[in-house]
Amino acid sequence: MMKDNVENKVGVDAMNTKFSAKDVQVYYGDNHAIKDVNVEILDKTVTAFIGPSGCGKSTFLRSLNRMNDTIPICRVEGDILLDGEDINAPQVDPVQLRAKVGMVFQKPNPFPKSIYDNIAYGPRIHGLARNKAELDEIVEKSLRRGAIWDEVKDRLDAPGTGLSGGQQQRLCIARAVATEPEVLLMDEPCSALDPIATAQVEELIDELKQNYSVIIVTHSMQQAARVSQKTAFFHLGNLVEYDDTTTIFTNPRDPRTESYITGRIG
Amino acid sequence: MHDPHIAKAFDRDLEAIQALVMKMGGLVEESIRESAKSLKTRDTERAERVRQGDKKIDELEDMINTQCAQLLAMRQPAAGDLRTVLTVMKIAGNLERIGDYAKNIAKRTEVLSHMQPIEGASNAIRRMSKEVEAMLSDALDSYIRRDATVGEDVRQRDLEVDQMYNALFREFLTFMMEDPRNITACMHLHFIAKNIERMGDHVTSIADQVIYLSTGVMPEDQRPKDNQSIYQVEGFEEADE
Amino acid sequence: MTDATNTGSIYEIDARTKKRNAKEARFKLYGLIAIGMGLLFLIALVSTIIVRGVPAFQQAKLTLEVALPAETLDPNGARNPDDLRKVSTFGYSPLVDQALADALAANDIDNPFEDVADLRPILSSSVAAQVRDRVLANPDLIGGTSEFQLLASSRVDGYFKGRVTRDSVARDNNIDAAHFDVVDAMAEAGIISTGFNWDFITGADASESRPEQAGIGVSMVGSLFMMFVVLALSLPIGVAASIYLEEFATQNRFTDIIEVNISNLAAVPSIVFGILGLAVFIQFMHLPQSAPLVGGLVLTLMTLPTIIISTRASLKAVPPSIREAALGIGASKMQTVFHHVLPLAMPGILTGTIIGLAQALGETAPLLLIGMVGFIASNYPDGVAAGFLDPNSAMPAQIYEWAKRADPAYYERAWGGIIVLLIFLMTMNILAVILRRRFERRW
Repeated sequence: MMKDNVENKVGVDAMNTKFSAKDVQVYYGDNHAIKDVNVEILDKTVTAFIGPSGCGKSTFLRSLNRMNDTIPICRVEGDILLDGEDINAPQVDPVQLRAKVGMVFQKPNPFPKSIYDNIAYGPRIHGLARNKAELDEIVEKSLRRGAIWDEVKDRLDAPGTGLSGGQQQRLCIARAVATEPEVLLMDEPCSALDPIATAQVEELIDELKQNYSVIIVTHSMQQAARVSQKTAFFHLGNLVEYDDTTTIFTNPRDPRTESYITGRIG
Repeated sequence: MHDPHIAKAFDRDLEAIQALVMKMGGLVEESIRESAKSLKTRDTERAERVRQGDKKIDELEDMINTQCAQLLAMRQPAAGDLRTVLTVMKIAGNLERIGDYAKNIAKRTEVLSHMQPIEGASNAIRRMSKEVEAMLSDALDSYIRRDATVGEDVRQRDLEVDQMYNALFREFLTFMMEDPRNITACMHLHFIAKNIERMGDHVTSIADQVIYLSTGVMPEDQRPKDNQSIYQVEGFEEADE
Repeated sequence: MTDATNTGSIYEIDARTKKRNAKEARFKLYGLIAIGMGLLFLIALVSTIIVRGVPAFQQAKLTLEVALPAETLDPNGARNPDDLRKVSTFGYSPLVDQALADALAANDIDNPFEDVADLRPILSSSVAAQVRDRVLANPDLIGGTSEFQLLASSRVDGYFKGRVTRDSVARDNNIDAAHFDVVDAMAEAGIISTGFNWDFITGADASESRPEQAGIGVSMVGSLFMMFVVLALSLPIGVAASIYLEEFATQNRFTDIIEVNISNLAAVPSIVFGILGLAVFIQFMHLPQSAPLVGGLVLTLMTLPTIIISTRASLKAVPPSIREAALGIGASKMQTVFHHVLPLAMPGILTGTIIGLAQALGETAPLLLIGMVGFIASNYPDGVAAGFLDPNSAMPAQIYEWAKRADPAYYERAWGGIIVLLIFLMTMNILAVILRRRFERRW
């Protein structure tokens, strides 16, 4: 018994890896956008992807929930394992995968519907609520997780597009968590926000890591430093360096990382 | 590291701060040299110049700290740049302390000039200070060249300084036992030797910073030390064994 | 000189700036002139249409007491509908002639004609039928005297509107200046008057010789039937095709060819669709000629590219971020399209559809080829039940028909028809604008 428990515990620790990418290649037509990426992304951790524009960080992020499927010329090779299961396996339905791996986009993109419907949409299509009361509960819980409940609780019927930019982005995060995902992918979630809204979203990300594995693509190195525990630096489609954020920002191993994070040409 | 920043002003700021450190280092080296010389030649005027020169060193340290704070706030340096700023601040602190020791030596020189000279002591102290000065020069040099091996070499050389200090310690003990009238002078000389030994420690600390700057890792092992004087009790030199 | 340009005071406008400003002012002027010319043409067009078309909505009518003697209309006295039907319009004509002559006598109007039948050119040749229809519908009138509103002939009608003058009838075999003396007197006596012509809006076409009886109503119904067919077919087909092409189809040579061909189809002259409709629907599939169903099918072919192009444009206009948002929380492609993209594109789609319908409504050439110029002289509701397959006409085809006819009274009718058609088109366009305004969302 004891031994079993111990082994289980070891197993759980091993499962601490949420995403595991092995020799991942992504092609856009003839363009080899992602080259030989190997990375282990941890659960309950914020992982930041940084790198110059066109380095492939967003492409790699989007291949984690198969958003690249929507681009016809895009081709992904290699293994991407979510909890040990290959997300590109033929029997996997990307729709089901995306419910597990939620995504938040660069520009806040609430549906032009009410705040309530924005949140309720995901649970509705996935059948997460049996009745209105349950749905109400999910909406409230999600909005609380999105750290926006207090601001919108009195106007759930107001259109989501009428909120401020920062509120919209938190609404989108709340919408993403409403489907009970295990991983949250964020593609430059603060690039359209002012510093105060950015700080609020960053604070939210920090809270989210207690329940989710959060992967954030960001152009702001300070942001990566502020919110993440792990940082991956992409350059020209290669994963140059992946390490603790503290290491990356004080003592990176690769000169390319150093050049990039210190603002040198590289 | 030789790639320039995209923001050229960042490079200029970093260079300016490092130039200040080098300037400060130059002044401190001069203070060490001049204080030792004034001791040997019993030149109180020279000693006074050293004491006056320390003000300039303190001002430079303030200036460096201010500029580092501004750079941290404005540019949020990372990685190598961050280590540069951090080490600059520490090195400036170390240099300021070394300057203070030199000033203290100069002060004691003025007192000693009114006393009977102690045979051979000033020469030994001069050798010791020369060694420290050379170590400082090498450390600063290795800082500019980001050369961790020279830094490591400087760390090892601190051992010699410690040994020189131990030798002097014994010598002064002997002098004082021979003739109690020597005690005042020997006490001052001992403090001078101790100051120089402390200077060596600060130079070692600078060398640590050089290693941290160029490798990103602080040297973990205890740096070599041979300062046994604290364990030596008068007349029971062999007690430990 | 060049180095001095930027050193002067900004209060002094230099030569280069002056030149540039003058250029800009000139360009604005050209624009104003262009808009002014456009407005001028528009005003000319609208005023011509109104001046020429409005008279069609006026019609001169005579109010006459017509005696309906039982001995001529129902010799048997049984009021048997079949017996009543045996009396043709020739039986009624003398009654109307007599009523007119009596009215003249009663008002002391000098009748220059010896034979009462010579007064006939004043009345429309349709009046006997008008009286007969009413008698057949209401046999109780027989044996008494009833008041009838009878159409004046197109010449008399034109005389009131100034289209026909005493000089212009000098060479006219149908009517003399003497008739107009009588008409003037009758107008003074109040027997003849002009009023709003509802029959023009609700009525059917009439024969060549009775323009005063012709109306656009039946062809309006024909057009409505066709529009119904077009809407029912082209909206679902067009929207489904666009959604497939825009959201689902992969980009390959096959879809490229389809796309190019849709654009090409939109540019194909409408007469080509007409001849295609003739060959396929009528000659091959043996659908009835002149039927709104066939017309609707042909116009559907014509409208589809317009609808597809506008629908695709409005689908494209939906920001991709909305699709990403839906896909990102695990909506399927179809859920994404039907829950989010389509509702947002709807105003654009409806606008495109309405504009396509408006185009189809005004289309003439293909209808001529498939014979959508059926001569329907009887008023609806006869034939409305089987309306899709019965011969009918359409508004533009009707207008074309009228414009072809020799009688200037028909020319006037054609302009009137154009006004009705334009009112329809304007209503549809306004509806499109309202829909767009109403449902347009900012996101």
